[in-house]
Amino acid sequence: MSYVPNTSTEQQEMLRAVGASSIEDLLTPVPEAVRLKRPLELPPSLAEPDLRRLMLGMAEQNADLDHYISFLGAGTYDHFVPSLVPALVKRSEFLTSYTPYQPEVSQGMLQAIYEYQTMVCQLTNMDVANASLYDGSTAVVEGALMSVGPSGRGEVLVSRALDPQYRATLQTYANARGFTMREIGLDDGITSVAELEVAMTPETKAVIIQQPNFLGALEDVRGIEKVTHAGKAAFIVAITEPASLGVLAAPGDYGADIVAAEGLSLGNPMGYGGPALGLFAARNEYLRKLPGRLAGKTLDSRGQGAYVLTLQTREQQIRRERATSNICTNQSLLAVAATIYLAALGKQGFRELGEQCLQRAHYAQERICALSGFEPLFARPFFDEFAVRCPISVEQLNAGLRDEGISGGYDLSRDYPELGDAALFCVTETRTREDIEALVAAMEEVAGENR
Amino acid sequence: MSTEKLIFEMGAPGRRAALLPAMDVPTKPLDQLVPRDMLRAEPAPLPEVSEIEVVRHFTHLSQRNFGVDTGFYPLGSCTMKYNPKVNEEMAGLPGFARIHPLEHESMTQGAIQLLYELEGYLAEIAGMERVTLQPAAGAHGEITGLMIIKAYHVHRGEAHRDVVLIPDGAHGTNPASATLADYRTVELKSDARGGVDVEHLKQVLALHEGKIAALMMTNPNTLGVFDENIVEIAKLVHDAGGQLYYDGANANAILGITRPGDMGFDVVHLNLHKTASTPHGGGGPGAGPIGVAKHLLPFLPGPLPAKGRQGYFWEDAGPLSIGRVRANAGNFLVLARAYTYIRSNGPDGLRHVSNSAVLNANYVMRALQEYYDLPFDRTCMHEFVFSANRQKALGVRALDISKRLLDFGVHPPTNYFPLIVPEALMIEPTETETKETLDEFIAIMRQIAEEAKHQPELVLEAPHITVVGRLDEALAARKPNLRWQPEAEPAATKA
Repeated sequence: MSYVPNTSTEQQEMLRAVGASSIEDLLTPVPEAVRLKRPLELPPSLAEPDLRRLMLGMAEQNADLDHYISFLGAGTYDHFVPSLVPALVKRSEFLTSYTPYQPEVSQGMLQAIYEYQTMVCQLTNMDVANASLYDGSTAVVEGALMSVGPSGRGEVLVSRALDPQYRATLQTYANARGFTMREIGLDDGITSVAELEVAMTPETKAVIIQQPNFLGALEDVRGIEKVTHAGKAAFIVAITEPASLGVLAAPGDYGADIVAAEGLSLGNPMGYGGPALGLFAARNEYLRKLPGRLAGKTLDSRGQGAYVLTLQTREQQIRRERATSNICTNQSLLAVAATIYLAALGKQGFRELGEQCLQRAHYAQERICALSGFEPLFARPFFDEFAVRCPISVEQLNAGLRDEGISGGYDLSRDYPELGDAALFCVTETRTREDIEALVAAMEEVAGENR
Repeated sequence: MSTEKLIFEMGAPGRRAALLPAMDVPTKPLDQLVPRDMLRAEPAPLPEVSEIEVVRHFTHLSQRNFGVDTGFYPLGSCTMKYNPKVNEEMAGLPGFARIHPLEHESMTQGAIQLLYELEGYLAEIAGMERVTLQPAAGAHGEITGLMIIKAYHVHRGEAHRDVVLIPDGAHGTNPASATLADYRTVELKSDARGGVDVEHLKQVLALHEGKIAALMMTNPNTLGVFDENIVEIAKLVHDAGGQLYYDGANANAILGITRPGDMGFDVVHLNLHKTASTPHGGGGPGAGPIGVAKHLLPFLPGPLPAKGRQGYFWEDAGPLSIGRVRANAGNFLVLARAYTYIRSNGPDGLRHVSNSAVLNANYVMRALQEYYDLPFDRTCMHEFVFSANRQKALGVRALDISKRLLDFGVHPPTNYFPLIVPEALMIEPTETETKETLDEFIAIMRQIAEEAKHQPELVLEAPHITVVGRLDEALAARKPNLRWQPEAEPAATKA
């Protein structure tokens, strides 16, 4: 099925109209030397029933969260999505539209983005938010790029407790753009403020931390803010778990200049981590340096309030090599889903979401750490993730848990060998007490067997 | 209704549209768990609305939006083809939609298999050695490709190569990506036939001898014209030590006809949200995987999907890799849609797609060229560019023609791009439109050309039937209002 509606008879008629006898006549501009003289080597076409069978077969090879109890977070979080969110976001007027460059027929998308920008500001207590970036990691990159400015030079200090994938992504961009990235070490699971203070130089353009950090611990954000601003650097806060904003202080409350967050879990399918949703918010002084699209409110020729993409002179389609970013396609549809989700949960629901995650995680941590051989890795406050020192390797532990239909915590030894046998557990509102008891029982059994 | 209230202006305190699970674990006061100064003093001031209000509001918003499912969308270079429904359903299967990216490989065999196979398909389509699926969009693919090219030059001890050549008709992302990779850009002129001016290329190569890092090009280019000199261009750039980057925005014209690898390109990105029918979603998400030729393989981002005796697994990148360009494996659910599309089409279907896209474009171009200036009068590929110069002389600009199309339920073409054509109207019908739709569009465009002559005010004042009239864009930029605020309305953001 190639979704070409015109029959060969009709196509013949069209060919005659343009004075060609065959399609080949229209392809003469493609030189013989570069023509592919064989069919593409791809599997043959499939009718929909066969296609479904194939796809379902592959999908069933994956352990989905409806059939598996998972305590895996580490940057990607399982949160409940009310039915109305997919029902609305799948409406094809949203789904099949392009970037709203023609505002007269794109008011729906533009208004939704304006509402989204507002909600991102409400969650973070920042002044302005853009219409989305690819994901949390590239949002952090854009924050760093905005801080180093058009020269592309300077230095960015990054907490070792920033998501390892984010650090890796930032390093890739730093190498290409020409700025340097230095890591700030940890002190009992959080960024060492003392080390940061020593590391600051006149070349330091930004300090990047994550709250809650990758190890689940809550950072001394006020201490970091003080040192960062004393050194005249931008304070960039990364957030991978936006549900934390239901109960934790917002970055705007503790002096963040730029917030770069992962919004995937706000009403979107987890989808093996993508498409994701890069949230990006900043203080007003950055308004004309922001990366990506912005929807704004204005008036139309009839004097009505209406919405339009604005401040486009920052963007690549106008500014080309002097643009503030190269981004064009973003993650609009996920932004719309996040808007619907946040509207559905609302002021009370979003706060309750944060409370539920926090309470359930603390209950789980208490239960797990009551087991012989398991103990908290750090004595730090946390939100819905916590690191646990394990009596056996996490690889062994998780292999045993998998046999029980449970996906255990993230194995921290992959990225933090200095932490020894440690697992990072995540407990959101989607994990019931029964799930937690099942985990605790299975952990006790697996640890006992392997000791 | 001509306006729709903001969600913040609806509802009442205490309303909500979703309940969370019953709390079934013992709880403690929050400030016993987290120090008080780390807690939020006030909840985020999100709306307080009921389910029916949310549903009506976003349904109304959707009704104020135009998509491919609504009507004809001949937006040049954007490939607004039909987005098959089966793709959506397949991407929504819980086995794809509800899986964690860090889940153990043994539990995500189907996901890695899908990516492994898709990588192979895209490599075959592009004529490349291997592909990374990480880039989330075309521009993301561009920067990834340039980083690979840079790493290659650095590895060869040629870090001094710092010039990227970009034709004057190129997409704005090309120069923006080059800057991001810390390159200088040099613009190449187009020749009288709309291709790269080969003589100018030779001069530029001589002028920047030893400095050339890459040429970024799309072929067919943004005029919809296939550059017949591609073999010579590739040789000239390679001889000068540069690499060739293929911007795949226009790949819908070439499936099974020619491959960037066979044209001499070293790096290729494909916009799956264009060529592979995944929906644009009002601006995203897309997917911009890139393929590389064999000599660039060591520099690809990792990890890459692999197949071994134990099944599928993620293979770490080697020591020369540029590293990852985002978290996780890419826009997986977009990739799953693209996979579905490619399997649905098969090799013959994909060839039929491009054949039909080329035919539809030529059909519309020839039927309208009497009415609009065609600066490059050649057989086109999947799209073509008119100039509204003739109408401008009558006081009607490309923008006005675009706005008038809205009155007929047709989405306007891309206008004022490429920059090398004055009053440009860039038209890409795509292969999924019926002959009747094309005929209707032809009739409308002819009518508008007549209106420009005889009733210009009808065109100048368009659109007439949309929910809003033309927007005051200057006001939007002068007094940015980028968010709702409770107090003053309209609330201007302090700039």
